[in-house]
This record gives sequence, C-alpha cells and structure tokens, in this order.
Amino acid sequence: MGRYVIRRLLQMIPVFIGATLLIFLMVNVMGDPVAGLCGDRQCDPATAARLRTDLGLDKPVWQQYATYMGNVFTGDFGTAFNGQKVTELMGTAFPVTIRLTVVAIVFEIVIGISLGVLTGLRRGRPVDTTVLLLTLVVISVPTFVTGLLLQLLLGVEWGVIKPAVSTEATFDELIVPGLVLASVSLAYVTRLTRTSIAENRRADYVRTAIAKGLPRRRVIIRHLLRNSLIPVVTFIGTDIGGLMGGAIVTERIFNIHGVGFQLYQGILRQNTQTVVGFVTILVLVFLVANLLVDLLYAVLDPRIRYV
Amino acid sequence: MRGATHAKWAACAVAVTLAATACGGGGDSGGGGGGGGGANGVVRSSWGDPQNPLEPANTNEVQGGKVLDMVFRGLKRYDPKTGKAKDMLAEKIDTKDSTNFDITVKSGWTFSNGEKITAQSFVDAWNYGANLKNDQKNAYFFGQIDGYEKVHPESGKASATKLSGLKVTGERTFTVKLNQKFSTWPETLGYVAFAPLPKSFFKDHDNWLSKPIGNGPYTVQSYAKGSQMSLRKWGKYPGSDKAQNGGVDLKVYTDNNTAYTDLTAGNLDLVDDVPASQLKNVKSDLGDRYLNPPAGIIQTLAFPFYSKAWNTPDGAKVRKGLSMAINRKQITDTIFQKTRTPASDWTSPVLGEDGGFKKGLCGEACEYKPDEAKKLVKEGGGLPGGQVKIGYNADTGSHKEWVDAVCNSINNALDNDRACVGDPTGTFADFRNKITQKKMTGPFRAGWQMDYPLIQNFLQPLYYTNASSNDGKWTNKQFDKLIDQANAEADTAKAVEKFQQAEGVLRDQMGAIALWYQNGSAGYSEQISNVSLNPFSVPVYSQIKVK
Repeated sequence: MGRYVIRRLLQMIPVFIGATLLIFLMVNVMGDPVAGLCGDRQCDPATAARLRTDLGLDKPVWQQYATYMGNVFTGDFGTAFNGQKVTELMGTAFPVTIRLTVVAIVFEIVIGISLGVLTGLRRGRPVDTTVLLLTLVVISVPTFVTGLLLQLLLGVEWGVIKPAVSTEATFDELIVPGLVLASVSLAYVTRLTRTSIAENRRADYVRTAIAKGLPRRRVIIRHLLRNSLIPVVTFIGTDIGGLMGGAIVTERIFNIHGVGFQLYQGILRQNTQTVVGFVTILVLVFLVANLLVDLLYAVLDPRIRYV
Repeated sequence: MRGATHAKWAACAVAVTLAATACGGGGDSGGGGGGGGGANGVVRSSWGDPQNPLEPANTNEVQGGKVLDMVFRGLKRYDPKTGKAKDMLAEKIDTKDSTNFDITVKSGWTFSNGEKITAQSFVDAWNYGANLKNDQKNAYFFGQIDGYEKVHPESGKASATKLSGLKVTGERTFTVKLNQKFSTWPETLGYVAFAPLPKSFFKDHDNWLSKPIGNGPYTVQSYAKGSQMSLRKWGKYPGSDKAQNGGVDLKVYTDNNTAYTDLTAGNLDLVDDVPASQLKNVKSDLGDRYLNPPAGIIQTLAFPFYSKAWNTPDGAKVRKGLSMAINRKQITDTIFQKTRTPASDWTSPVLGEDGGFKKGLCGEACEYKPDEAKKLVKEGGGLPGGQVKIGYNADTGSHKEWVDAVCNSINNALDNDRACVGDPTGTFADFRNKITQKKMTGPFRAGWQMDYPLIQNFLQPLYYTNASSNDGKWTNKQFDKLIDQANAEADTAKAVEKFQQAEGVLRDQMGAIALWYQNGSAGYSEQISNVSLNPFSVPVYSQIKVK
C-alpha cells in the first residue's frame, strides 16, 4: 500500500509539469497582455515596455516558465495585474469554491445515491420510471438554464433566497447554487447507482446473504450497496476536480467570487500568473482526488489490493 | 474500521444537510446592513472589479474612475449636468500666452487624514504620475507639460524625475509651463489623473493602495479587493457638493445580469450598466427609475490606413460609400432599443452646441443611401479584396450583434451577400494587440469614451498624426494644422470653430466612420431618489438620497 502511494505521488510530478507547461504555452499564445491594460487606447510605448519588463514578458517563453516554476516551489505565484498577490486571490477564492463543491458533493451523495438505491431495487416500477425520466430532463437541460430559472423563481418571484450570493458566501447561501452545480452529476450518480445495484442484486453473494436470514437493511447496505458503490465512487472522485474548475457558469449566475470567477477574469485580462496559478492548484486537486478514489477502492472491496 | 468510514460519511452528509436546511430559506427580508435611511442611509450599488491598482494617474477605466470620483476632488470639476469645467480647488488659473499658467489653490482644503492641501500636493502628484519609473498608465496626460520627455522618454531611461515645467511659488501657488500653446488646457484639469495626493501616498504606498485617502466627499471605510468597497460620508468635507447620503457600498458582480436581477429582487439600489438583454424588460420592471441620458461616448469604425489596400487615392469614396450603406437608425432602434443615437458628427451631444457638438456636420455621408453607396464604392474601385471584414472583440460588450447588423445593412445596400462579414477576435487584450501591431486587415470597431468634455478630446487623440489613440494611423496635414491652430486660439468660440473645420476634413476624407452616440444606462430601486448620470455615464453618487 505504502509503495503504491509513493509510486502514485511520483507519477504526479510529470503530470503536474506537463499540465502547467501546456497552460503556460496556451495563455502565452493569446498574445501580449499589456496591450489590453490601457483600455480602448494604446499604452504609451515607454510605459508598455516597462510593464513588460516588470512582468517578465520580454523574456523567451521557456525562461518565463522556468522562472515561474522556480517561484512556485517557493510558494510565490506571482502578482495579478491589479497589484494583488495571486496567493491572496487564491486565499479568497478557494474557500468559497470549496464550500460550494462540498455542498454539491453532499447533494450528489445524499440525493443521488438514495435515489439510485431506491430505483435500483424497484426496477421497472413507476418510481423507477419517474426518477429515470427526471434525471433525463436534468441531464438534457443546460446548467445555466436551471440556474437562471431557479434564480428567477426562488430569488425574484417567491423571494425565498437572495438572487446573488454575498461576499461571505456562507453555506446557507450556497444551497441553491450548490444544487444547480450538482444537478447534472447528481443525475449521473443516480443512474450509475441504479444500474450497479440492479446488476448486483442477482449476484450469488446477495442471494447467500438473504438465505442466511440477514435483515434486509443489512443486506442492502453492507453487502449490496458496498459492492455497487465502486463505479459511483470513481465518478464522484473525479467530479470533485470537475466541479471546482467547472463552476464558472454557476459562479457567474449567482455572483459567487470563487475560482471560476477568478479564472474567467484572468483569461479575459490575459493574466498569465492568475490563470496558471489557479490551474496548477486545480491540477493538484484532480490528482489528489484520483489518488483518494483509488485508495477508497481497497476499503470498499478488500479483494482489490495495491502491492 | 470500514464501518466507521461509512458512518462518518453518512454523519457528515446528514450534519451538513441539516445545518444547511436549518439556516437556509431565509434572507427574503432584511434590507441589508447600513442602518436606517435618510441622510445616514447607505446606497448599495453594483460595481466591476477595477483592472488596475486605484491610483489617480493609473486608472483608465470606468470602474476604478467611479471610486476616485467619490474620493478625490481636483482643481476643476466637470458639472454633473452640463459637463462644463468649473473651479473646485482652484481659486484662479491665469494665463497670458496659453503656455504659462499661474495656479492658486483655495485655502481651507485638507485630505481626509487632516493633511493640508497645498501647491506641493499637486506638484508631487503630477511628478509621480509623469515619472516613467512608476508605470502610470495615464502618464501621457502630463505630456503637454514642459520637461515631460525627460521624465518619460519614449525609450531608454529617464534623465529627470521632476517635470521642469512645474514650479511651486508659494504655499498655495504654483506655475505650469506647457511645451506648446494649449488654450483649453485648464479645462482638462478636471480629469482624475490631475488629483492631488497626500504624503502618505508616497511614504506608505502599499497601505495607501489598500485604503486610498483623498479629499472628496467620501472616505474609504473598507476595501475587500475584488468583492466590495464601503465608502462613507466624510463629515468635514469642505466642498459644496457634500454627500446627501451616509455612504455607498460598491459590490462587485460577476455578471451585470445578476446585478440587474438583484435590483429587481430588492437587494441592490443602483445598477449603472443595464445589460442589453434586459433592455426590453426595463420599462416594465423599473418604469421611471430607468435612466438613459446621453454620455460622452461615440462608436466608430476605424480603417487600417497602414494597409495598402485601404490607403488608395480613391479610398475616400469607398469609405464614404460604406458609411452610407449603414442604416444607423434601424440598428440603434432594434439592436440597442433606442439607447444609442445615430451619429451625425464625430463628437458627442454632451458637449453642447457651444462646446463643439454640431448635429449634421457629417451630412449625407452619415445617412442611409443604398443607391449612392453602391455607386460610390464602385467609383472608388470597389471593396479591397472584394470583401470587408469588420474586426471586433467577442468577449465583452456584445459587439457581435451590431457588427452582424452593420454587415447585413452593407450587404443589402451593395446587393452582395458576401460584401461584409464580422471578424471576431477572442479577447479584448488580443484585439488591442492586433491593433497596436498594425495587423488589422479591414475596418474595426473603435469606441471612444471622453476623458474630459472638450471637442479637442474627441479629435486630437484619435485622428492627429501618430496620436495616442489613432488606431487606424490616419494622417492628414490639413487636419493636423487646423488642430494646432485651434489649440493656440485663446478665444474658446474661435477655437471650437477651428476644431469643427478640422472635423470637416475628417468627414471629407472619411478617416473613420461615425456610427452612433452611446447613452448611459442605469436603473435604481424605490429605496433611493435624486439619481442622475453625469456626462461620463457615472452615477452622481453624492447627490443620491436614501428614503
């Protein structure tokens, strides 16, 4: 187990370097960010040249990358164009997005898995059909439609929530945005669980468990659900990274100043430091989440061993 | 061990859901913090994240400018209604030759930290703004002052740190020497780059940036970068335009649609950028609480005169033809819901007749005449390459809609459905990049928001040879000569006349196609009253009253 974890951690290094390099190159291909700094007019050449030197943009890309990576290892992610440290931006953005992601994941787990179990055990019954149809609707409607609709209905028409989340972005403000963010994944979790449960229901070990006279609840939770959860856990694990990076739409609709907002601003203003810094952290989140998923397999199914 | 894992997950999930539902749901009541209405009421207004650090000489966009306008007062201030430059901190500004100016600062003014405002406060601030070392993006505003090229050379290192044209002659007096005649120069002093700065700005710069200190009707109470700034009324403000409310909370919105939704839900008092998609609903949502006054903004199409294809002897005919092929009225009516006005000159109605706005100066060249357009384009040798590509940036400002409409109009007029297409660029930065590197191949959008309400500001920076914002690199000797003469003219009425003659040259050569004047667009809640937009389309915050 220990050796497996170390091997996985070592594998992270090339993925990490490759991903940051790609992002770095892509942002650089977009052109000279200084051109957009002076609004609808041309920066005066002397100031532009100075800004370029200060931001290190006059050096070749590989050198910029090397300097950048060197700084990153000392915890210095550079400075955004408005004079703020990127680490400072991260300090305000990540907690908000993590809270949002937690809300979304909880929705996925609680609602998704319960619905999945419910429908998996009652395949073909009206409950099953209804839930299947509902998930189909959720999957096919884009997030921004659900988001704007809920915002309009709950926020403006009925006044149940505030349409825009405040700066503090507390958990209770994030319920609706979290639900919107989770919606599509939630539908997938339901469907995955349902199929998995339905398949395993006829497995020998379940029949044995029932034959032993175990209580139904114990059979379902201990035997059936545990084995059926492997694909679901995989999905939810990879979804953590996806939710954090993909929250741009939800964050824009509900005015959440999280990672998505900072990335969006960074890309619009072609701020290499912000974009690369945030993406670097997101890559790390992805990698760690995947590692955790792999380790969870062993917990769920003892036959899976890492040597 | 394994069981425990499950239990933990479940417990965690249940706890979070319970906590969430227990405290969720509320939030429909409670009109936000701030405490009470009346003179102590706080206005909740939408804001955008400023792009640059908030320094007077470094702020060149509306969002940062908005704050500086509340926190700073300069020698002059533009009247929020008429746009006329009026003395604010200036007791008098005298000149005999339009080159040397004697400035006296009023007594009794202080910064909000108690420091006295003297002539030195201005001179230090201007020297800082002009100095190349400080990377100030508005440095060129000091370009007319003598010694600028030493402090801010076009390339290489600066050989001086102070402008030789600035001299402090007393506690409240200083003199300015310009490097050329510029009779209306005092009227540019209302621009925020010319604001005075306190000593703490130079001593403890970082601290100052995190909480700017100025001399305006408001002080910064707290500033959370990227999310909110709370400004509060400054009780000891000596000016006549004291704040009529207790303060302003500026909230950064990720999207102006969300801000608008928040306004309709009653969680926000003022939105100064109603999104185009909501213009249809705005009348029914807000009624009289929607403002749409003219602003000092004009949209034009510039041509790449550095490209041979567009710089032909008969090119003026083609350009004029294109201009006549655009149905301005139809586009402003349908796409912009009448929030823009078809342009008939190259300035803006906010200047007023006396200030140089001349309705109809463009004449028939700005009218929709499809037959004539077709004829002119043909006479001029046809469209370069057989097709016009209109460049714009696709990321902000919904430019695609109107560019497509303009192209449609041109295609219809020229009877050729391939005559014009839009040519989008992904980001604004890249769009600016292509422009500065002279890579544009066809006409491209060139919006202009005035810095100060002078006809000079609508012409010189945009069309004078090699001027800072002459994106199309248009150049005309006659035009340059008339601008120089106008600047040297001490009599304002005569100067305006000269500027308009220059504008006539621009029209005859069709150096750029004038499209439409843009209006400000703001909506407010029933909580506040006395809301207006100034000619820069920024709300006059200090005059807002809270119920």
